Amino acid sequence: MLLIHCPYCEEERPELEFRHAGEAHIARPENIAEISDEEFQRYFFIRANPKGVTFERWRHMHGCGRFFNAARDTVSDRFLMTYMAGEPKPDLGKAGGGAVRSASRKGTPA
Amino acid sequence: MAETARRISALEGRAYQGPGIALNPAAPASRLSLRAPEASLAALSKALGLILPRKPKTTAESGKRAALWLGPDEWLLIDEGGADLTVLCAKASALHSAVDISHRNTAILVAGEHTEDVLGAGCPQALSLARFPIGAASRTVFGKAEVVLWRIAEDAFRIECWRSFSYYVFSLLEKAAREV
Repeated sequence: MLLIHCPYCEEERPELEFRHAGEAHIARPENIAEISDEEFQRYFFIRANPKGVTFERWRHMHGCGRFFNAARDTVSDRFLMTYMAGEPKPDLGKAGGGAVRSASRKGTPA
Repeated sequence: MAETARRISALEGRAYQGPGIALNPAAPASRLSLRAPEASLAALSKALGLILPRKPKTTAESGKRAALWLGPDEWLLIDEGGADLTVLCAKASALHSAVDISHRNTAILVAGEHTEDVLGAGCPQALSLARFPIGAASRTVFGKAEVVLWRIAEDAFRIECWRSFSYYVFSLLEKAAREV
């Protein structure tokens, strides 16, 4: 079974406890009432859906209940790392070329 | 003569005893779902008479009362003495949310040398003593139901589950217990 490191529980847990929650780092426009339909469509519906490394939100639904972010390779389904919600998108190059799985302490790779 | 109502436990009358494994419903207890920010913990700990644990997967006990860490701002409190925990929390003026879930949950005690094997039939977590030590507690899944596991001894766990799931959880435990 796939093991996912929860940055709040500070350990690896089985995937059955988790739920996927869409692409991470999508900022809600601050002037949402004023933007055009095309801009709203881009914000609301259009996702990158890359082949390779993607940044996603996950929720430890049947554990601590927290949302967090993860970098995952969509080809190998390998979790490269997980980090707390609100932390900036990590630079995976600096984090060791994707070999890092659990560098998820507060403040690490900013 | 007026008849008095008697509360019937969801698992009343159910029990299983096999070689190296025993399943029993736990005694009734009062329970509380507590959510609070870091700044409120000192006041709430004082009001409840135990120090709310801040480390993941840990518990704190004081007499018949226990607090189980469920998340960074969430605890499950269990009091086998039946104290009204919402009243105790109300004494603390610090910001918090306390919901009485005494009758939403029920608990099953699993004990015996085959405890880890029986739980392993439905729970995907690592349950060895090294990964899940005595006193550790965690919300997880058991089969199709969400449960809270609490290791109360080397070979004994308490499983807290919703009372509507308890028939399913007990039946799955019993099925696994017959096969170990």
